[in-house]
Amino acid sequence: MNTWLLSEHRRGPSLRFGAPLLAAAAFALLVGGFALAFYWAPEDADQGFSQKIFYVHVPIALTAYACFGWGAWKALRLLWTGERRYDLESYTAIHMGVIFGLLTLVTGSIWAKISWGQWWTWGERQLVLFLILFLFYSSYFMLRYSTDPGPRRERNSAVYALFGVVLIPVSFLAVRIAGTILHPTIFTHEGADLPWEMLVAFIVCLAGMLSLAATLYRVELTGKRIDASLRELRELFA
Amino acid sequence: MSTAEKYVTGAYLVLLGSLLVYLLIIALKVGRLEQELAEVTRAAREKLGG
Repeated sequence: MNTWLLSEHRRGPSLRFGAPLLAAAAFALLVGGFALAFYWAPEDADQGFSQKIFYVHVPIALTAYACFGWGAWKALRLLWTGERRYDLESYTAIHMGVIFGLLTLVTGSIWAKISWGQWWTWGERQLVLFLILFLFYSSYFMLRYSTDPGPRRERNSAVYALFGVVLIPVSFLAVRIAGTILHPTIFTHEGADLPWEMLVAFIVCLAGMLSLAATLYRVELTGKRIDASLRELRELFA
Repeated sequence: MSTAEKYVTGAYLVLLGSLLVYLLIIALKVGRLEQELAEVTRAAREKLGG
């Protein structure tokens, strides 16, 4: 009986506190951010109206990075403290990261098609590195479910999650060091290369997307905890 | 609607569509959890003789 699983995994913040507030913040910020992007921020002189995809694509991509980073942080906490609740938290964050990663690839492809005339190009390091990061974390689930539940699986998953996070700075730095042909680099070490109205709209959209991810994370984590509790109860009363 | 407008709409609809799919998944999950909870409650009542 997996009694170790539930009693440990049940711990942590519940949905009662924070999630409704986060959901309301996500809704307000996303609606406000998109309104600013479409009705207030100026149209890009180079790309025209198609640049509006920037306000959805880049916040989604940064949120995916944040989720992977959060998953790796929880994995580190698991290895550091040995507290098993971090396993479920790390798994949930990576789950969210993969969803946002897939959305990054889809919205990025749409933007690429209108800007470059093609859905995908293998010549761009940033795209390929993001795809590698996405596939790496997609494989996390195969590794996780190839071993039986227990401390061994938790440790292996945590180590894997930590390895993947190394790809995030690589993905960021490679394109800045090596230069790029097609994919624009808006945020450099000299600051943001866009008008302040665009920057404000972008920041609001980013805050909204991060709030949305945090809400989904809390909902998903609570669902997984309830699932685990029910599994334990079923075993107790079987 | 221009080509650019179609693509921009498509990108935003991808986000909206994903959220709706996620909502559907969560709704199905809540339904399943409710059913499982009812089964566990019944099993508990039988075992405890309640």
